[in-house]
Amino acid sequence: MYVWLFRQLPGPLWLRILLSALLLAGVLFVLVEVVFPWLADVTNLTDATVGFPMVG
Amino acid sequence: MSKVLNRRAGTAQETRPARRIPTRRGRSLMAVQVIGELLITLGVIAVLFVAWQLWWTNVEADAAQGAAVKQFVQEHQAPGTNDPAATGTGNPADPAAVPVGTAPAHGEAIGVVYIPRFGETYSRPIIEGTSSDVIDTLGLGRYADTAMPGAVGNFVVAGHRQTHGAVLDNIHTLVPGDKIYVQTADGFYTYVFRNQEIVLPDRTDVIAPVPAQPGAVPEQRLLTMTSCNPRFGSEERIIAYSAFDSWQPLSAGAPEPIAKQLAALQGKG
Repeated sequence: MYVWLFRQLPGPLWLRILLSALLLAGVLFVLVEVVFPWLADVTNLTDATVGFPMVG
Repeated sequence: MSKVLNRRAGTAQETRPARRIPTRRGRSLMAVQVIGELLITLGVIAVLFVAWQLWWTNVEADAAQGAAVKQFVQEHQAPGTNDPAATGTGNPADPAAVPVGTAPAHGEAIGVVYIPRFGETYSRPIIEGTSSDVIDTLGLGRYADTAMPGAVGNFVVAGHRQTHGAVLDNIHTLVPGDKIYVQTADGFYTYVFRNQEIVLPDRTDVIAPVPAQPGAVPEQRLLTMTSCNPRFGSEERIIAYSAFDSWQPLSAGAPEPIAKQLAALQGKG
């Protein structure tokens, strides 16, 4: 899968390495900014308040 | 020999790799490979999530809260304790004179809390509201509808035990008699830690005006802090109760135990 993705990238090798690094950074950014906060909210792993209706 | 000849003869043909004919075996191999790569990806994401939760949220929250404390302290300057501008120690003897501020809008700062037991430089902002947008980054969150600092009743704040700044990580180390200082726009409120208990998360009565006695009319001025328990879990809540001790206006300067810390925060240290 990742090999296939890498082959789809245009340009010479150095450009493709650069592009994959950029893609990876983009994915990380989305994870940290959107996915992880949402996951933490949904799972309530670290809820510190008392009472269930207290959220929100 | 034929290989060399071939290379010379047909470069165009050679740069394009021969297309693989998808056999049944080839297809299932490919599927296994894709599934394997997806599973590895999920594993990496799970590890990243743990790293984000246990480390990165602290980095973010510490930066945001440090900035919020500095901003509040510098907007509400108090003279140094030895400063001639300081007007004395206020009037702790007269409880009726204790000012009680009005609650700000959700997400706005109420003040700063100092707890020397948690470290010489421990200070965290107190913000209105207990939803995740407040306590995840901004600091301690005040439960709306509970008392404001200094008021008769129960002034209740929530903070994370771990992650998001680990605001109340050391709540279990409080010893009865420990001082907790709350600075607001009006002055410094000193509370004395009394006791703590561990309860289940549905015990909303701990934030009642008289804790554990919903409906009772309060006579005391209390400060209650709630956090997660155990330290890396949230199956229970740890509750720390403190009772009001004294008050002094900003113009009187900070109580001695936090004077040095405040001076540093105000940029005079």
